[in-house]
Amino acid sequence: MNWLIDPFEFEFMRGALAACVALSLGAAPIGVFMLLRRMSLMGDAISHAILPGAAIGYLVAGMSLGAMTLGGIVAGVAVALAAGAVARRSALREDASLAAFYLISLAIGVLLVSLRSRNVDLLHVLFGSVLSLDADTLMLIAGIATVSLFGLALLYRPLVIECADPAFLRQAGGPGAVAHMGFLLLAVLNLVAGFHALGTLMAVGIMVLPAAAARLISDRLDTMLALAVAFALAGSLGGLLLSYHGDVPAGPSVVMSLGFIYLLVLLTSALLPRRHWHTGETTG
Amino acid sequence: MSAAALTLTGVSAGYGGQSTVSDISLAVPAGARVAVIGANGAGKSTLLRTIAGELPLMAGQMRRCETCARMGYLPQAATVDRRFPISVYEFVAMGAWQRLGVFRRMSPSVRQSIANALERTGLTALSRRPIGELSGGQLQRARFARLILQDAAMLLLDEPFAGVDRPTREALMQLVDGWHAEGRTTLVVLHDVELVRQRFELCLTVDDGHAQLTPTVELLTLRPTSAGGNGTRHDFLRNALRA
Repeated sequence: MNWLIDPFEFEFMRGALAACVALSLGAAPIGVFMLLRRMSLMGDAISHAILPGAAIGYLVAGMSLGAMTLGGIVAGVAVALAAGAVARRSALREDASLAAFYLISLAIGVLLVSLRSRNVDLLHVLFGSVLSLDADTLMLIAGIATVSLFGLALLYRPLVIECADPAFLRQAGGPGAVAHMGFLLLAVLNLVAGFHALGTLMAVGIMVLPAAAARLISDRLDTMLALAVAFALAGSLGGLLLSYHGDVPAGPSVVMSLGFIYLLVLLTSALLPRRHWHTGETTG
Repeated sequence: MSAAALTLTGVSAGYGGQSTVSDISLAVPAGARVAVIGANGAGKSTLLRTIAGELPLMAGQMRRCETCARMGYLPQAATVDRRFPISVYEFVAMGAWQRLGVFRRMSPSVRQSIANALERTGLTALSRRPIGELSGGQLQRARFARLILQDAAMLLLDEPFAGVDRPTREALMQLVDGWHAEGRTTLVVLHDVELVRQRFELCLTVDDGHAQLTPTVELLTLRPTSAGGNGTRHDFLRNALRA
């Protein structure tokens, strides 16, 4: 068991594990709703959009946690709203609009970071620095996980109805817009937390991969939420151990480990009998 | 004649600045069972959506009686995401939203109401099944069960029997009859003239951008006219109803 315990004798590994646990608790349930709302691509677009915002914060205030976080949140919310508005008001489908936004965001972000930094900084923002998180960043990630869990508990009922039948919630006078906007804000917050730990390219991984694996083996929302958190925790631990023992970058290791769980579940579920799902939007 | 549940005065409704129906003035008596009829594209759904508050009034005034503000609306196209992982029970329980809101716990009386609604729609045995595994007719029963739970004084149903088999249609129609017996006002968009003749005492005919509330029996006895007037406007309806 030494291979499991020994790595966490080091403070940087304990910090990384704490960050991953907080991310798993906060981001994985958000990922389940994101998947069910068919917003996985939007999650990707938002996570890329965080980069230019954080970069502007970096250019203005240097390596300031607050400035980069605030910049990331503002940029993430702006792109989430803009992509939705463009999809509603132009001939473009939402996926095309999101793809355009995330490519533009990524390009602007990389250019901004390159203006005043070394290659190593660029690698940090793209792939994260989970092994070198300071106490303030850890507190920020844990704080976001706490806000996220309370926020999701608050929004849970209207969010579920809004996902299952948005027109019904609107007609029944429920707070559909509040649920949608609140959910987007929680998604952005978690992606900013993921950005600090796993980088802009990998942040959405801990959100979407465990949710996708959970969806493959459960048709109950509560089970999916629990499974997604469990998969995220297992993948994070596996990834950190792989990074330590294999001497490879931690962020990509965590996401690869999450991906491995997803593929394993995918293969296993492919061998089980298929469930019959109606896909029509209308009754009849 | 009982007090009006719904009064429209000079109402125009439509989309994107273009009115589909205009200058509608009528009063629907409380507790009435009204068939909304007209050709495809005549504006029946637009009118119903406007009454439901889904579309803003373009002109005129609409007044609902105090209790009729408690309204249940069943749109023609279900917006249900059938891949969303909830059971039939949970889907029907959405109808208790106005009683439960964001925080209130589900009380034994609400649970009993859900059980009753499931029983009345014949879904008790399917209550634990995911909504994605329901047939079209079963899902429509679940939508009706959710409506039962809403306990609305006025019900607006847009083509509720489209695509369902005859036994399901009859079972759902009995629920409409039950609502009528309980004194609830129902407006139902229908194309089945036989059903209109047999079960609806009032017809809201929508045609050529206009709408008019008429006793069904009067529509059956309208004389054909060669030019102008309501007779011409409702020729197709009269012919259909007399068939």
